[in-house]
Amino acid sequence: MSFLDLKNVTKIYPNGTKAVHETSLSIDEGEFMVFVGPSGCGKSTLLRMVAGLEDITEGDINLDGKLMNEVDPSERDVAMVFQNYALYPHMNVYNNLAYGLKNRGIDKETIEQKVNDAAKLLQISDYLQRKPSMLSGGQRQRVAMGRAIVRNPKIFLFDEPLSNLDAKLRIQMRLEIKKLQQKVGVTSIFVTHDQVEAMTLADRLAVINNGIIEQLGTPIEIYDNPKSLFVAGFIGSPQMNFLDGNLKNKTLSAEGFEIKDVNTEHEGEVTLGIRPEHLVQSENGLINLKVDLVEQLGSDNLVYGQLTNIKDFCYRCPGNQTIEKGSNLSLNIENKKYYIFDKSTGKRVN
Amino acid sequence: MKIKPLQIIAHIILILGVLLMVVPIWISFASSSHDSVTILTEGMKFHIGDQLARNYNEVLNEKGGWSEEVTAAKMFINSFIMALGIATLKVVISAMSAYALVYYRFKLAVPIFWLIFITLLVPLEVRIFPSYKIVSDLGLTNSYTGLILPLVASATATFFFRQFYKTIPDELLESAKLDGANAWSFFIDFLVPLSKTMIAAMFIFMFVYGYSQYLWPLIMTTAEEYWTVVMGMKIIYTESYEGVALPRTAERFAYIILSMIPPVLVVVFLQKWFIKGLIQTEK
Repeated sequence: MSFLDLKNVTKIYPNGTKAVHETSLSIDEGEFMVFVGPSGCGKSTLLRMVAGLEDITEGDINLDGKLMNEVDPSERDVAMVFQNYALYPHMNVYNNLAYGLKNRGIDKETIEQKVNDAAKLLQISDYLQRKPSMLSGGQRQRVAMGRAIVRNPKIFLFDEPLSNLDAKLRIQMRLEIKKLQQKVGVTSIFVTHDQVEAMTLADRLAVINNGIIEQLGTPIEIYDNPKSLFVAGFIGSPQMNFLDGNLKNKTLSAEGFEIKDVNTEHEGEVTLGIRPEHLVQSENGLINLKVDLVEQLGSDNLVYGQLTNIKDFCYRCPGNQTIEKGSNLSLNIENKKYYIFDKSTGKRVN
Repeated sequence: MKIKPLQIIAHIILILGVLLMVVPIWISFASSSHDSVTILTEGMKFHIGDQLARNYNEVLNEKGGWSEEVTAAKMFINSFIMALGIATLKVVISAMSAYALVYYRFKLAVPIFWLIFITLLVPLEVRIFPSYKIVSDLGLTNSYTGLILPLVASATATFFFRQFYKTIPDELLESAKLDGANAWSFFIDFLVPLSKTMIAAMFIFMFVYGYSQYLWPLIMTTAEEYWTVVMGMKIIYTESYEGVALPRTAERFAYIILSMIPPVLVVVFLQKWFIKGLIQTEK
């Protein structure tokens, strides 16, 4: 049995909404797991069930070999960082960190030492006497993390902790969280709807949609090998291009072009997915793109244009190439890096 | 600085308001410093006379009532105990019942809240006979308990606390839970400190309410040692009318001025909190 074990966990709210469907998942000790999915997909509910803040309708949660279903949140030895940090507004930073320890009946000297250690680690030692209202967003974030670290819990739970920060700080804190987790080595679950956050932080990633884990794997596995249309569309930025097509005799015919020798026996209506970064310019390419718009990011250019029937088809090219609006590009798919999904089920078929 | 006409008008209105409030108090105070004969013959006074110390000394220490034993000082103590008891218990009970209503999501929470709220429609004056019956059956007439207890339940304060607790984000509770707080420590460590301005505001309201109670102590108390200041205002010195003695108007004014002091002090000391509690919440 692994460190954290979810077995057929289901959550049905009293009004009948099914938030999480029979989810099973194992997380190893020290692993950084990220739940990613659109809002309302059940990822936060799953996290809150691990924390004990939501009841489990069906299934079991085991943490470190102990069944947690009926265990009180305070007894689970988990720490959580909330989206709005939920710092205690009337206590100074020191007491925010110390409160959980005091409740455990730890003696004063030990508390002081633990708080000071955590504060040092997070570089908040200078603010220990301040109230949360006198701190900036990044500092509050650090205090929230400090409150989690100081208790030395079995597992860290992060519920979209970066979404209240501005873009620059978000990237910085993302890095700090990752570094910190590696340093402290605590098993962590991080919930986010931001796929970049998910890709960068995760040891393993669970892509969740409609209360079901669509795919579980390392970020690169999921990026290279999405098993469904949803995962393919959700992971990767800019989003994968999707085209309608038809498969017959290992030949895929799509909008104005054909791909032969496709690696599948599947036949019928399909969706073809191509990532913008897997396209290359070449003479007599498969795809003919009429350029509408170029977004210059510096390192890259995002080129948006039209195929025969498709709008906003995206192609990503290095930033040093100049591409004129209104020009026609001829594009090929690099190394057969395309994905074919069954149109009705959304499952990958090649 | 340029003063706009609108500001002048606003100030005139405010000054008139202040005068309307202050002048009667000043007249009472000035009149309390003369002797009764002067006031009876010359009417109320605007300037301070020479009987100030004598009048106040007499009011505080003279023994009155039928028993000739109760003094104004004793009545002040009674009123203070009653107001303090009502205010403290009201705040404590309202805060705790609001806590139960907001955080324990039992099925009857909403009906119970409305039941509490409806009691606003039946103030003590309406239910005075049943209340008296209950208190007297419990043998609580002529006791501080009897004076305080029937006035303790408060829909207003419960409502205010409930509204405040509802604005506290759920994450705070969840976070506290993960930090090992139980129901009691969440109330003491979080809700009480977060609502301290609110508590101060409610305390002032309820203190003044308790202090100015008239009908209930009047019905409740037959023993003079439980008389309160507001009752005394009506009862004390009435004997003057019966006999040949002059009405003791100056002493009455002194008594009125004294009776105003405790609530004023409470407001003065707690007003900083009071205003904060009414206009903002510390979050």
